[in-house]
Amino acid sequence: MKYLEEFQNPELARGLLDDIGAAVTRPWALMEVCGGQTHTIIRHGIDQLLPEGVELIHGPGCPVCVTPLEVIDKALEIAARPEVVFCSFGDMLRVPGTGRDLFRVRSEGGDVRIVYSPLDALRIARENPDRQVVFFGIGFETTAPPNAMAVYQARRQGLRNFSMLVSHVRVPPAIDAIMASPDCRVQGFLAAGHVCSVMGTDEYPALAARHRVPIVVTGFEPLDILEGIRRTVRQLERGEHTVDNAYPRAVRAEGNPAARAMLADVFEVTDRAWRGIGVIPQSGWRLSSRYREYDAEYRFDVSGITTCEPAQCRSGEVLQGLLRPNECEAFGTTCTPRTPLGATMVSSEGACAAYYLYRRLGTPAGAREASPVA
Amino acid sequence: MCLAVPGRVMEIEERDGTRMAVVDFGGVVKEVCLEYLPDLEVGEYAIVHVGFALQRLDEESARRTLDLFTELGLLQEEFGDPWEAAGGAPGAFDAAGPSRPETKEEWR
Amino acid sequence: MPDTDLDIDLDLGPGPDGGLDGGISPGGGAITRTAVVDSDGAGADAAPDFAGWTCPVPLRDHPRVVMGHGGGGALSAELVENVFAPAFGSRTLAALGDSAVLTLGGAKLAFSTDSFVVRPLFFPGGSIGDLAVNGTVNDLAMSGARAAYLSCGFILEEGVEMSVVGRVAEALGAAARAAGVEVVTGDTKVVEAGRGDGIYLNTAGIGLIPAGVDIRPQRAVPGDVVIVSGEIGLHGVAIMSVREGLEFGVEVTSDCAALGGLVETMLAVTPDLHVLRDPTRGGLAAALNEIATAAGVGVVVRERCVPVPPQVANACAILGLDPMYVANEGKLVAFVPREHADAVLAAMRAHPLGAAAAVIGECVPDHAGMVVARTALGGTRVVDLPLGEQLPRIC
Repeated sequence: MKYLEEFQNPELARGLLDDIGAAVTRPWALMEVCGGQTHTIIRHGIDQLLPEGVELIHGPGCPVCVTPLEVIDKALEIAARPEVVFCSFGDMLRVPGTGRDLFRVRSEGGDVRIVYSPLDALRIARENPDRQVVFFGIGFETTAPPNAMAVYQARRQGLRNFSMLVSHVRVPPAIDAIMASPDCRVQGFLAAGHVCSVMGTDEYPALAARHRVPIVVTGFEPLDILEGIRRTVRQLERGEHTVDNAYPRAVRAEGNPAARAMLADVFEVTDRAWRGIGVIPQSGWRLSSRYREYDAEYRFDVSGITTCEPAQCRSGEVLQGLLRPNECEAFGTTCTPRTPLGATMVSSEGACAAYYLYRRLGTPAGAREASPVA
Repeated sequence: MCLAVPGRVMEIEERDGTRMAVVDFGGVVKEVCLEYLPDLEVGEYAIVHVGFALQRLDEESARRTLDLFTELGLLQEEFGDPWEAAGGAPGAFDAAGPSRPETKEEWR
Repeated sequence: MPDTDLDIDLDLGPGPDGGLDGGISPGGGAITRTAVVDSDGAGADAAPDFAGWTCPVPLRDHPRVVMGHGGGGALSAELVENVFAPAFGSRTLAALGDSAVLTLGGAKLAFSTDSFVVRPLFFPGGSIGDLAVNGTVNDLAMSGARAAYLSCGFILEEGVEMSVVGRVAEALGAAARAAGVEVVTGDTKVVEAGRGDGIYLNTAGIGLIPAGVDIRPQRAVPGDVVIVSGEIGLHGVAIMSVREGLEFGVEVTSDCAALGGLVETMLAVTPDLHVLRDPTRGGLAAALNEIATAAGVGVVVRERCVPVPPQVANACAILGLDPMYVANEGKLVAFVPREHADAVLAAMRAHPLGAAAAVIGECVPDHAGMVVARTALGGTRVVDLPLGEQLPRIC
């Protein structure tokens, strides 16, 4: 794919790695915010290739892992209703709620469908006027404009049988909350490139100044990640803490004005609970009052849900960079993606799951017992 | 949050009052909503996430970025760390290399 | 033969989509937090607490079958291991190869069965009929046998159009002729409307295994060269391209084909091939993991060597899928003793179905049971057994 493969070129990666190595004089801990970036890093083994001293801490940038348990439970409750066609992105289907996930609901007779785009859910609503179609609107700022458009179109088309269960999260308040934590070790951020494609970069200078951290807008291919790291390390070595755009081919300072205008109309900021972290003020979006009739939480009475989270794990420490996933005693033993203890093991973008998928080689729990073949 | 890939706009049409495009991703063709990029034209590239074009992909910028990476690699090969070579002072980088960036800002 | 102790905690990982099911919480001292939450989910009092993490409830037991049980990955393995194998009590079954190797009246036979539930019934490059023949023919070929006879069972949904049944039957017949097998017996059942997705098929087949041939996953040893017969990911992408919700226009057709002839060509070089496997559900990743586990060896794959056609790579990039986990229906992976590797590869490349054959890795004594890939950038990653079906992701 043009403008994708060129940014995976191993020869060019070498040059970037060498420059990072030449620049580093002391250890630095950087956090990449987006789960997609974590995926690239682990999938290509980038963190193994970095010079000694440059450490990557994986951030909570995975909407699948951080979607609050309460919201998952509401989704499950709605999806189980016989009149509902519940549409969702694929990665949400295995996220456990209290006692079950969407796959289980499907096996029990719920009409749960995977869609690629929220517009597919709109189409399903048009084609099934006698069913209530509900779309699971999760994600960061990148996915918010597509989800907003679906709601906007539903209203424009007068669709009475479409609604959205919304649980959007925003990156800047999360960065604030991470940096505000007293034990946080993060010294620089690789900001989420596609979030900035939508939102632009104007929310970040205040963060960089307040916390005195460089924030480098970074893309998702291996060369983009390395360039983001390179620029962040160079700033740190020079004692700088500014916002820098290392993904200029897809990010402009003003972002996408049309998308931002739609967001301002369809959504409003709200406090949002992040699974396992707690409430981060103003860190979420919900449907604005103008669109309340399309809000699935209002259309279906799902208040009074009781959630239940037993046991403790150390995901919180992982998020702050105090603990690497493979340093946790439970990693690979009692805590695996199959048997997760925390949200960071839930999706392949979570730090622990990414580690598990790609890195068990170097860990004490790396040797796997023989399992029968089917 | 961010799985988005670059594709080329092949056709644009209005469907039910919505601006839609047929986008080609290296041989894979998909329908994409273009409402958020009202000025995007056929032949241009966009970053596409869950069926929506979210930002124009600036081809010139992409080429420049790749050129910078290439120059960085060449410089590393020939001269090692350009900052070291120049005594470590920002701005003191001199024209020893075969292809020097136009401005210091591009190197950051 | 691997120990089939059913009490082992499988500790198997997810596909690239992540995901989890089941689990054992750590021992006593667990803290339970129960909260009644209002529709906002907000409680603006507490500051975000990064240290006070709590865990999602594990979903270990499956009171009902879920889609993942058919995915060819860890869940499927558990279903066989925990429900079927103990019920049937057969030692041959417990060996869990693609097909069963049996001796009957002095003849060494391979015997296999496969069921076909693909949707849609007709897809670019083939149909359920083609799959029904080639799937079983290939399972037999993976034991080194040339398939001879097939049975075929049809389960038809009341109301399905007769013309559709006719087209499937014709495709099946044509595939059988192409593969050089005869469908000699069969059965038909009809279920009530709404109980079946149109047409389900089952085929079973037998074939003779030549003398001196002992092909099974347990035979892989360090030093073996791993060869794939051609480009991967074509069937899975072809199916996805016409599946509701994921449609995209792409010039990819299923690679559905009968591999008996290719295997014969390879056996002509040496009867001592160690392992053959057709990477269907779960893709190359599942096949390699199953072999690594069965034989107790490690497998190293060089990513740059795995042949992935551009449209497959691009379709996977759009959906966030990994081509290593995408199904193939006309490919095989072979573990070949090192001394024969060059000759076997040459023979494969001379055959129409092996023209793009490539060496993709080798067996090593390290990390037994685990498949590790050397990435194009020079790093390493573990290629795990998929949990269930691979799901498109947005992240």
